[in-house]
Order: sequence, then C-alpha cells, then structure tokens
Amino acid sequence: MRSTRFLALAAVGTLTGGALAACTSDKTDGAAAAGGPIAVTATDSACELARTTLDAGTAVFKVTNSGAKVTEFYVYADGDRVMGEVENITPGLSRELRVELPAGAYQASCKPGMVGQGIRTALTVSGSAAPLAEDAALAQASADYSRYVRSQSTALVDKTAEFVAAVKAGDVAKAKALYPVARTYFERIEPVAEIFGDLDPKIDGREDGATKELPFTGFHRLEKDLWVGGDVSKDGAIADQLDADVRAIAAKAQAEKLSPLQLANGAKELLDEVANGKITGEEDRYSHTDLWDFAANVEGSKAAVAALRPALVKRDPALVKSIDEGFAKVDAELAKYRVGDGWKLHNQLSEAQLKGLSDAINALAEPISKVAGVISGK
Amino acid sequence: MTESTVSRRRAIALAGAGVAGIAGAAAVGGAVVRTAEQSHPAQAGAAAADAIAFTGAHQAGIVTPAQDRLHFVAFDVVTKDRARLVRMLKDWTAAAARLTAGRDAGEIGAVGGILEAPPDDTGEAIGLPASGLTLTVGFGPTLFRDAAGKDRFGIAAQRPAALVDLPHFPGDLIEAPISGGDICVQACANDPQVAVHAIRNLARIGMGVVTVRWSQLGFGRTSSTTRDQATPRNMFGFKDGTANLKAEETDLLRDHLWVQPGDGPAWMTGGAYVVTRKVRMLIETWDRTSLGEQEDIIGRTKGSGAPLGRADEFDEPDLEAKRPDGEPVIAIDSHVRLAHPTQNSNARMLRRGYNFVDGSDGLGRLNAGLFFIGYQRDPRTAFVPVQLNLARHDAMNEYVRHVSSGIFACPPGVTGASDYWGSTLFA
Repeated sequence: MRSTRFLALAAVGTLTGGALAACTSDKTDGAAAAGGPIAVTATDSACELARTTLDAGTAVFKVTNSGAKVTEFYVYADGDRVMGEVENITPGLSRELRVELPAGAYQASCKPGMVGQGIRTALTVSGSAAPLAEDAALAQASADYSRYVRSQSTALVDKTAEFVAAVKAGDVAKAKALYPVARTYFERIEPVAEIFGDLDPKIDGREDGATKELPFTGFHRLEKDLWVGGDVSKDGAIADQLDADVRAIAAKAQAEKLSPLQLANGAKELLDEVANGKITGEEDRYSHTDLWDFAANVEGSKAAVAALRPALVKRDPALVKSIDEGFAKVDAELAKYRVGDGWKLHNQLSEAQLKGLSDAINALAEPISKVAGVISGK
Repeated sequence: MTESTVSRRRAIALAGAGVAGIAGAAAVGGAVVRTAEQSHPAQAGAAAADAIAFTGAHQAGIVTPAQDRLHFVAFDVVTKDRARLVRMLKDWTAAAARLTAGRDAGEIGAVGGILEAPPDDTGEAIGLPASGLTLTVGFGPTLFRDAAGKDRFGIAAQRPAALVDLPHFPGDLIEAPISGGDICVQACANDPQVAVHAIRNLARIGMGVVTVRWSQLGFGRTSSTTRDQATPRNMFGFKDGTANLKAEETDLLRDHLWVQPGDGPAWMTGGAYVVTRKVRMLIETWDRTSLGEQEDIIGRTKGSGAPLGRADEFDEPDLEAKRPDGEPVIAIDSHVRLAHPTQNSNARMLRRGYNFVDGSDGLGRLNAGLFFIGYQRDPRTAFVPVQLNLARHDAMNEYVRHVSSGIFACPPGVTGASDYWGSTLFA
C-alpha cells in the first residue's frame, strides 16, 4: 500500500532564503525587528498579540502558553498559506517565531489543543515589497514547505519521545492519550515520510503489511498492545526503536527539499491516504483514533497546496476557488465530530456519516489532483 | 471516415499535443462535440458497435432497441448551489454527447494530456466502439423537495403530480440505501465495459455536486422494444416482454409513453416517467418447481412463450378460455392475466428491464433477479395500479422479493449542442 511515487529527490543541504524561520526557546534575538518581539499570550480560550500592525521584514513573535492545553502558533497568509509556525508549545512554555513577512494582510492563530482553525487575529504588515515573479513564487513554495516540514518533524520527535516514555513507564492511560497526538505530526507530512524507504513501514506499518524482513513494529504495534492487550511491559525495545526511527526520519525530512510538483502530488496523496485508510478505519484499527489522522492529513494537504497558492492564483484562479470550497466543506464535515480537543472514534460514526466524509474528501481531491498539471505549466 | 464516426483512437490523435494543461482549457484539434446536424438516428438492427444519436425530440435509451447491457445509477445531490448543479448538468451533457459518439469523456482524453495531470477520461474504453451507448437522465421526487419539505433548488412548484412517491406495495421489502435518489442516469450499451465507463466518468465529473447513492449492473435485456428484436428470457427462463409497447407503435407510444402537452408542467412534455424495481428472484426454489406449475404461474409456455392455450408467442392471451374442468386456462393468479391491460384499465408501459446476478449471498444462493425498468406517461394510471394488482394476487410473489424502488421524471430530449439535460426544468 505504501508506494512512493515521488520523483528522485535533489537533496539540498541547508536552506537559505527569505522565509527562514527559526524557533528558539526563551531567547531573544538582538537582530529582531524594530520594536522587539511581539508578545503573544496564548491561553485555552484566547490569543492576545501585543501588536497587530508591523513593518515589512523579519517579525519576531514570542508566544507564551499560559493555558492548560498544548498549543500551536501560526502566521497565515491568504488561503491559510503558512508563513511560519511553532508547534508543541506545552503549558508554561515560551517559544519564539521569526518569520519574514512582506507587506500584506495576514492572520495570527493560536491553536489550543492543536486542532481546528484556531483563535485568529488579523495582522497588517505595511511597507514596500514587489510581488514575487511566478518562478520565484514556486521556489518560495518549496522553501515555505520545507520550513513547515522542519517544524512538524521537530514536534514529531518531541511528542514521540513523550509517548515512548509513557509506554516504557507502563503508563497506559497517558500513552493512549499521547498516541493520536504524536501521530498528528507524522500524518501531516506523511508523503515526505514515505520517501524514506523502510523508515515509513517501520514507523507506520500495519500488521497485515509485516514481513520477515520488516516485522510489525512502530506506532501501530504499540497501539495494538495498548488497546487490545493493555500490556506494554514487554515493548521497551519496540518503543526505543520507534523513538530512533522517528529521529532518523525527522533528520532526513529536514534535509529534503521538495519540488513544487512533489508538493502538488503530496497534497493529493494525503487525501488519498484519507480516502483509502482513514475513512475505512483500517489505519487505527485498535484505537479507532482515525479522525486524528484524518484531520492531520487534511491539514498537511492544505499546507502543501497553500505553499503553492501564489503561483496557483496567477495560473488558475478558478481552480483555487474550487479547492478553497473543497477544504471548507471537508472542515465543516469534520467539525461535526469534534469532541473536546479531539475527535469521535471511528467506530462511533455511522455508515451515512462516513459517506458524508468520503464525499467531501472526493469532492476536494478532484480539483487537488489538477494542481500538479497547473504547476508543471505545460 | 466521416466526422460523425470518429473513433476513440482517432479522436486522441486529433486532440494531440499542444493542449493547454489547465483545467477547463479547450482542446485544440478536431476533438469537438458532434453537433445535432452531424448525427443521424440509428436504424433498428444497426450493428452492435454503432453509435446511437444522442440528440432528438425524446431522450435516447427509451424506445431505442434495447441494448444487451445496463449500468443504472442513482445520485444524491450534495450541493445547495443551484448554479453549480446546472453547471454539472451541462458538463454531463457535453460528456454524454462525446461518450455516446464513442469518444472520450473529456476534451483532452484518456492519453492526450500532459503527464503531470490526471487524464479527463478514465481510459478503459480506449479502442472500443460506441457500442450503441445511450445515456438517459431522470429527476427524482427528492430533487424538488427534501425530506423536510424544503424547496431545494427553486423548482418545487415544477414537480409534476405524476411524479408520485410510490406507495408501499404489499410484500415490499424495500431497502432505503439502494432506493430512490435525486437524479438517475441509465447507461445502456452492447458492451458492459462501455456502459460502466460512461457511468464512472459521469460520477467523476459530478464529484462535489452529486454522490452515488446506488447503482446496478444488468445484462441480457429482458424486453424487446422493437418488433425486430427476439423476445429475451428472464432469470426464470421465461420470455419476458412479449406484450411490451414497441417503438413502431407510434399511436400507442403517444397514448401510453410520452408526456403530452397539458399533462402537467410544460417542462416534461416529450418526456416520460421511469419506475425502477430491483426484483430478487428466489432462483433455487423456482428451479425445483414443476414445469407445469411454472407455466401456470407465468401464464405462458416456457418454450415458445405462447399464452397458455394458444400456439404462438404473439397470439393474444385468451383470458376467457376454460379447461375441461371449468377452471380458466390462464389462471386467475397468473402473471400474464394480472398484468394484462384489460385487467388494468388498459394500462401500458414500455418495459426495459435487465437481468442481474450480484454474485451469491451468504447462504450460497444466487443473488439474482430482474432489474425492472418501466417507462410510462403517468405512473398513477400505469405502474402503480398494475403493481398493486400484482402485489396482491400474483402467484409469482412466492418466488420474488422487491428490494429496491425508484421513480424519476425523464425530461424530453436534448435538441442540440447548446441544449443540456434538464434545460426545460432549470431554464
């Protein structure tokens, strides 16, 4: 089931470029934009920014989580194109986001509980900035998405470490709670993860796909032991292996740079993942937490398409409109099944409800499947 | 080779290189939708590979000589946006015009586009001829008002009185998930791959506007719709459709099939109402039934199809004839008697059903039967009374189970390249 259809990748060492964002913990950078960092106070129900008008250039946000839930902070351009984000801001923690913002209208968003649209605040950036030429816009898309992958994979490493620690400590309840959350970061960047041969099946393989060479390990092996047996006392080695594999894949993912075409295909593949694996409930067959993966796949797809948005808007505005409508429909359909900070379990949904989700995904995947052709520009 | 018989392969060559790789861009080259002027009605008895004219006063696929294969689909509309629904109906019409001419569903085609984009045709009909494909559209009661009574697209006032909600008939075991629907499309062809290809591509074009509610494959037409066609046999092994309305009987078609001016809302004039019923046959018990009982139940001989007591298939049944013991030759509860126009205030339909075998069920029984399709001018005076009569009295009921049901208003034909399915309703 996991075939990689990506083209051979031209690996790029380190990234340079305007959209380079770096996160540092509790450290203010002297080279920050005029006026110093913008303080963001995030709670479980609010997202307060000290300033909402700023000058074009490098903006620095210092996000402090004063709530009880893990939060995320995003800066979005039109169409939810991610200009920069920090993930996994645990309660009490402060993290910084440095992001290059040309003049324009943006939205800041805190996401307590890591899901949904978040609590949004309009940002106005003024100054002079020439709009990017089309080729530059595409190059920018790759850089933007690389940054997204970097921050997601960093959070994946952190959350997986927490999950693994809970498993090794025998804390079944805590491990069960962390399982779908850690997977969220993986599922958002799944097409990237799938590039790396055996690492993906080792991390995310299912029991039916196991072979003598690649036995049943990773997230789903621990899922089975947590939910079916409730006993992870013998899973220390499996847990350590997952931790190591996730670190390895994160390091590789951060060194990759996807071409615009790969981004387009990745956006489609994420939706195929939903259609083939999550709608059917086969991904998380023991925990039934498929809707966490579903939402993460959709978010990842949106991030990939949004990175391409400036070029897409120039080339095919009608397609952008139908994609926007498609995402809105999926979000609305999915929102019906929110429970607190999470989702209903797959086995709590009726056939008719699953069909509603399936229809929404199919309706979105059709226009998304046309993006690659538009991007290739032939 | 004339323009009107461009093959798929030729159309691909015409679409050629240089096509813009942008969704919705027009193809260059010669692959354009054939116009009405270039089409010509198929002759009865035309070769199985030929194309059937898509345009005309009535929709093709009703009195068209019944093809051998069926893929029938019912859709639910999932958008609330009337304009989007109409746009899809126009897209469908353009695709249907191409498909029925033996061309690809989209302007670019299955292999004519760039490598980076998904083809706008799914490709499984490459190299196959038109195969007599017809595509026939109909609108169900739920398109006009939803279950809550809401006028969904500003057409509720246009719902014809004849488009009734079918009543529950005695013995019905109707399964809701495979019944009803907002829009139906009947694809008939002489090649099953061509029929399936058409439905598959229409479903794809409709993503986000409609969703497939249910669909049914059928084979071995169970009705002859022209005098040239031999009467085929249903899964009971009997000839089915001997007394059907025939395409040549223009006066009868006017009286019983086509909606006439003044019948109801003007948009349906020239159209017809279709009723579909999936009739599961209890094959294994039927097969254990004696030949005599089988013939008594049907009211015809199994070999020639002649009404009991008569010699030839097309002889009129003699419903008055008595056996020496005084019992009627054609039993009181026989199918032929109960369905006969004289027993139903002269009700007639044009039946166009198909056999189906959906594999086997969990009990090892063949999941088989008749997918009944009946076209008529007014279901209130045709299908409904006839089926009530059958459901109450038919000896055949022991061997059949009605598991799905649908009714749709099929508008008149598409008149030309600028016309579209449902234009008379949505204009």
